[in-house]
Formats: sequence, structure tokens, C-alpha cells
Amino acid sequence: MPFVHRYDCLIVGAGGAGLYAALALSQRKANVAVLSKLYPTRSHTGAAQGGVSAALGNTEDDNPDWHMFDTVKGGDYLVDQDAAEILCREACDTVIELERLGLPFNRTEDGRIDQRRFGGHTRDFGKGPVRRACFAADRTGHMILQTLYQQCIKNDVTFFDEFHVVDLILTSPPPSPSPLQGEGRGGGGRCAGVVAYRIADGELHVFQAKAVLFATGGSGRMFKITSNAHALTGDGMAIAYRRGLPLEDMEFFQFHPTGIYKMGILLSEACRGEGGKLINGQGERFMERYAPTMLDLAPRDMISRFIHQEVRAGRGVEGKDFVHLDLRHLGEKVIKEKLPDITDFVRTYMGLDPVKDLIPVQPTAHYAMGGIPTTANGEAVSDEKNTVVPGFYAAGEAACVSVHGANRLGTNSLVDILVFGRRSGLAMADFAAKSDFTPLPKDPEADIRLRIKKLMAGAGTESVTAVRSDLQAAMMDDCGVYRSETGLKKAEKAIVDLRRRSAYLGVSDKGRQFNTELLEALELENLIDLAESTVASALARKESRGAHAREDFPKRDDGKFLSHTFAVKKNGAVALSYKPVVITKFQPQERKY
Amino acid sequence: MEVTLKILRFDPEADKSPHWESYAVDVLPTDRVLDALGEVKGKRDGALTYRRSCGHGICGSDAMRINGKNRLACKVLVKDVAPVITIEPMKGFRVIKDMVVDMEPFFAKYRSLKPFLINDEPVSKGERRQSPAARARYDDTTKCILCGACTTSCPSFWADPDYVGPAAIVNAHRFVFDDRDRAGEERLALMNGREGVWKCRTVFNCVEACPRDIDITGAIADVKRALLFQKEGTP
Repeated sequence: MPFVHRYDCLIVGAGGAGLYAALALSQRKANVAVLSKLYPTRSHTGAAQGGVSAALGNTEDDNPDWHMFDTVKGGDYLVDQDAAEILCREACDTVIELERLGLPFNRTEDGRIDQRRFGGHTRDFGKGPVRRACFAADRTGHMILQTLYQQCIKNDVTFFDEFHVVDLILTSPPPSPSPLQGEGRGGGGRCAGVVAYRIADGELHVFQAKAVLFATGGSGRMFKITSNAHALTGDGMAIAYRRGLPLEDMEFFQFHPTGIYKMGILLSEACRGEGGKLINGQGERFMERYAPTMLDLAPRDMISRFIHQEVRAGRGVEGKDFVHLDLRHLGEKVIKEKLPDITDFVRTYMGLDPVKDLIPVQPTAHYAMGGIPTTANGEAVSDEKNTVVPGFYAAGEAACVSVHGANRLGTNSLVDILVFGRRSGLAMADFAAKSDFTPLPKDPEADIRLRIKKLMAGAGTESVTAVRSDLQAAMMDDCGVYRSETGLKKAEKAIVDLRRRSAYLGVSDKGRQFNTELLEALELENLIDLAESTVASALARKESRGAHAREDFPKRDDGKFLSHTFAVKKNGAVALSYKPVVITKFQPQERKY
Repeated sequence: MEVTLKILRFDPEADKSPHWESYAVDVLPTDRVLDALGEVKGKRDGALTYRRSCGHGICGSDAMRINGKNRLACKVLVKDVAPVITIEPMKGFRVIKDMVVDMEPFFAKYRSLKPFLINDEPVSKGERRQSPAARARYDDTTKCILCGACTTSCPSFWADPDYVGPAAIVNAHRFVFDDRDRAGEERLALMNGREGVWKCRTVFNCVEACPRDIDITGAIADVKRALLFQKEGTP
């Protein structure tokens, strides 16, 4: 028998979205617990550097409508504008609340929250850059994570640290055709809780809850070069997908233009927000040719493509696949005070000094715009008609509201986790107050027990490391910054092959305590499922929009594709359907910067 | 380049006590020690166990003893510690498996000094104001990532496991010297106790171990000074 716990509200994931939801619930005195596969302070929100946007107008004129316009345009008009309006309006109150909770923002001379420029953020509907990003040096995410965790401790929130979620319990499902895959058991059910694996001793725990939030983060580890933590294996998204729920807009994966060459470690857009420039192998500031108004502060999808174009045209540095980030002209004082962590990364990993040296950079897989589709209150939906799955919520990178559309603007991920994390928490409190527990099905942990047993007893001819690196290489080569029918077909075939190989994964560690090899095997299965949905969605979208750039279809096609992709796992294949974009204020236009 | 990783292994389900194992691995000089550990885990022994997440010194998961000093495995390059790299878990915590130690007592100490802003005064509109100078007063101690490298390098902590340790003090300092906070006195009183700041013998091991370059001994001195002024009745 597994251990069974009961909480009105259960949060899975302890990054910014999960912790803000937990905090909002604790402020309402709700009965809440948080599960995290890491210690909460290890969550990847802590790696966010540059800032969190809110049109406070502390240093120059700004307003939430301009922020909304930038978000919609930045997302290449695939953004749901009703959601974007909420995002940009509530950003201001949320940032102020965080300050009152203790977040140590940098300050202006008169003691207000200081603000800096960031990519794609403009004044007056695109006239020029605006200072909108509120920041705490270049560790804004770290300070958000710390502040939220501190306040959760203050409010006595219950934490289950190092509990790895392995399944979502949905009731009234149709019978499962394949217990190992568990597919087809979702769609239209009601959420009753989750199954989690306690890393310390390998025991399965069932958590019954009225409302469950997946705030499990992104899936950047499906790519070879990524800024993402090892933990970012898309667990929540993959679990929902295997339970028959749709994933929205998975073909949109953002490559951040300035990752440390070969390592992928992020060098914040704040570098360019403070005035840093990109330079090609010929010493040219090439962004002057591509984006005459915004220059190096054009959106990330565009700059990543332009870097690729420079490299392809032989203008990479030393003819190789990277360009230079130049911060030298900013001077030692600005670099030291506003970009201290960046300076530390560059020194530690490259032995360079940004005050004196040029920094080799290349695009790095950074952010999943897609995810579990939700309403603006975080309620997960099971189809393109927005049918809510009662009791199941998602927020943050794991979710798709959609406020980022086809390409997220810098700083908007932090705005997203805060605004929609909080909204989800409040919606869960209301839902839990008027709902009963959904009875648990018999043996809710049976499927996962079988899966773990199979992995532990696996024939062992395939290693997790080998299958994972082949997956990462296939996705990087054929589903990266540029895509084509030929490449995507190749990736599709590779994934089928990798899935076949994953049936022969062996876990050599036979222990129950802290078996990280088993965890990596479970995470790898998640990555394979997400890669499958990503490639299928990308193949079907025969246009170029935001981060999805098709060489064989270089133009945006609003006639056919001004709609969100919904990918569902059905009978071992991916079934796609589409949902229209919500347009309220801003009609689609050509995207120029 | 070929390097030898000499790793102190412990499997709680098989071993009575820890033992050394050596692995020769082929890595790039600019690889992280974490990458070298990945080589062993991925290709030689899948059971090798350590925590890791961000891989670039921000999340604080992979603090361990590397060549006798507390370091984050993702922030040390192989070339700087080659050719023989000894790897042990942090000292002073119960070892669960290989490099994984029980962090619970560490977080309990952190929580014991109220590491959160306390201020119930209403704010009528907008943010609380804070001058850049007031903000700078506690900047250094906001950088802490709770990796445990400082506390487990501290001889006072080794000698007395009940000592709250440098990491907890750093996080209390962050609020004591934040002019928006109203519970400084409470925290100072906690740190004035038997297991508080006076256990610090200014050995500076913590400063050397900190992967975030926090002036920890300086922060502890700030707290000691605040306590002394408090005793003399001056603000």
C-alpha cells in the first residue's frame, strides 16, 4: 500500500509560479502543500537574470497598453490578447506586492524600483526602447525565488522536498489500451490528485487533492545546447500528455541569442539592455542591417535567426558558428554593479573579462512557449473548445495561457509566473472551498509501479545517457532555430527509433534510496514524449511565425495558421487540432523592429 | 585530457562505511567537474549519486569537497584541479548516499532565524521607498544560494553541530540590515544565544568556500557589532 496524503490544494513544482500560488493560498488560510523534486530554492526561476517587466513608469513614461502591444507583436500575433491584457495590467500590482514582501529591487535615486531596457519592450507602440524591466542586479529570478520561498516559510506552508511527481490521477477515464504508456486515460475526467516518488527512499506516495497545480517548468533538456537546468525535463507537461490531455503550441521553442559558446549558459539580455552589442566575425554590428530601430534589442527569435544567417554567410567569428557579445564600452562600473553574475560566469567558464574581452556567444534553447493549455485562471482545458478539467490547474512555463504566442519577450516569463501563479492559487482556493474530494480510483499508483518495475528489471542494453544525447542532438539539428520538412521528418523518424530504444533502458543502480539513475530514466521518457509532440506540431505548421522558422515556408500565413496547435496523444500517434487566437485590440501586422 | 576522479563512495544499502573508488575519464580541460562526474555516471557506474540542477553555480545543489575544499562541482573547471581530483561529500552532515547529504538540519537552522521580511505597517500606495545606499547595505548577503559550502567548512560547526552556522547568519543579516524590516531585534536576540554568532572564531574558511563570494565573516562581524552597540545602549 502506498502512503496516502490529503490536502485541499496541492502545488507541484516550487519555482516562481508554484510558490506564488502557494503563497496566495496560504494568505487565504487554505490547506496547501507543495511538492518539489528539488529543494525549492534550487528551482530554475533562480537562474532568471535580467528583470521582470511592469509598466510602472518609474524612470520614464510607460503604460500597460504599450506593454501589451509589445507582448502581442513580440509573440508574432499568436498571443491571446485577453490574457496578455491581464498579464500587463496585473504585472504592476504584482511587482509592487513583491517589493512589499521584501524583494530587494535596485533603486532609483528617489528610492523607487529601478527599471532598465529589454528586448522588444518599446514606448508608444514601437517608437523606441523603454525602461520597463524591474531588476535586482542580474539575479532578479534568484531574488524572486528567495522572496517567495521566505514568505511561504513565514506562512508555514507545508513542503514535500525531493518528491518527484510521476502521475496525474484523473477519474472516469476510458479503459487504458496500454497500461505502460497509460495513454488514453485522460480526456474529460476530473482531477483527484497525483502520484509522487519520494527520492529519499523510493516509496510511492499518493496525494489526494481537490485542486492540483502543475507548475513544473520547461523542457529545454530536449536540446543539446540549452540554458536550462538538468531538472528541466518537462515532467508536468509529459504527464498530462500521457493522460490524454492536449499540449498547446509545442512547436514554439525559444532560442536565446546569447548563450555561452558550446555550453549554452545564459548571458542575460540585460547585457544588451545596458548597451551591449553583437559583433560578427568582420567586426560589424550586424543588427544595424536587420533591425534599424531596436538594433540589439530586437526580440530573441529574430536575433537568433540573424546570428544563424551571419554564420551561414561565413561571417561567424573565425568562420565558426558563433558571434561576439561586446560589453567593453559599458565600462567597469556598469559591468560590476549591474552585471556582476554575468561577469562571474564569463570569468569562470571562459577565463575572459567582459571589461576587456569579447565574449563568444551562440543561440541556446531557452524557453517553451507551449505547454498545458489553460484559462486565465490557470484551469487546464481538455480541448480546443476550452472545456475545463475540474480540479486541474497549470501555470508558468509548463502552461500555455497563451501570453507568449510564438515568441516570448524577455522578462515576460517572470511576469507570467507571478501573475498567473497568483491567479491560479486564488482560483484554486475558490474551487476548493466549494468542492469535495474526488474519490481515488483503485490502485492509482499501479501504472507507475509497473513502469518503475520494468525500468529496474530492464534488459539494460540501452543507457539513459546514450539515448538522451541522441535525442538532444536530433532535436538540436532538425528542430532548432531553422526547420524544414526534410529535417523534421528526419527528427520524427529519430524519435520513433529513440522510443523503441527506450524500451530497453536499463537502470544499473538497483537501490531504493536516492536512485537518481532511475529518475533520469523517467525524465528521459518525458523528454521523448515532448519531443514527439513538438516535432508533430512543427511539421504541420507550414508557415514561419515567431520562434518557428520554416525554411520551406518562410512567410507567416495568417489565412491558414492564425491559430493555436493542440496536440493529443491518441492510439500511439499525435492527433492535431487548432483553436483560433483571441484578438481584441491589435490586428496582425508585419513584424518590424 | 585524462583525469582521475578519486571519489568517496557510500551506498547505504550495501556499505558499512565509505570507501574510495578511482575512475579515469577523458574530458576537456574546460569541462566542469560536474561534467566529469557525469562521465562516470553515464558511462562507468550509473549508481554514482550526487545532486545537480542548473549547472552554472546558481541553484546551489552540487556543493561537495573537491581536492579538500568545499566547491560547487559546476563552478570548478577540470584544468584547475587536474590530474587527480578527489571528491567527497560536505563534512558535518549525515551522508545519505555518495555525495548526497541530509540537508534538513541545515534548512532548519536557516528557518530558525526568521529569514523573511517582517513589516506589518500598511503602505498606502506603490512600493516602499528605499535609498540606493540603504539597499547597498545588505546587497552582499542577498546573494546566498543556500548550498551549505560555508557551514560545512566551518571548524566551529564541526566541533558543535548545534551552532547555527554561517549560512543561517548570512540570511538573517540580509534582513537585520534591510531598513524595511521591523524584526531586527528579534533576530539579533536569537543570534546572541549560545549557538549564535559568538561561536564564530573568524577562521575565514566560510569566505574561502563561498561560491558567491559573499564576505561572510564580514557579515558575522556586522551582527556582532550590532549586538555590542545594542548592549551599550547606543543605536
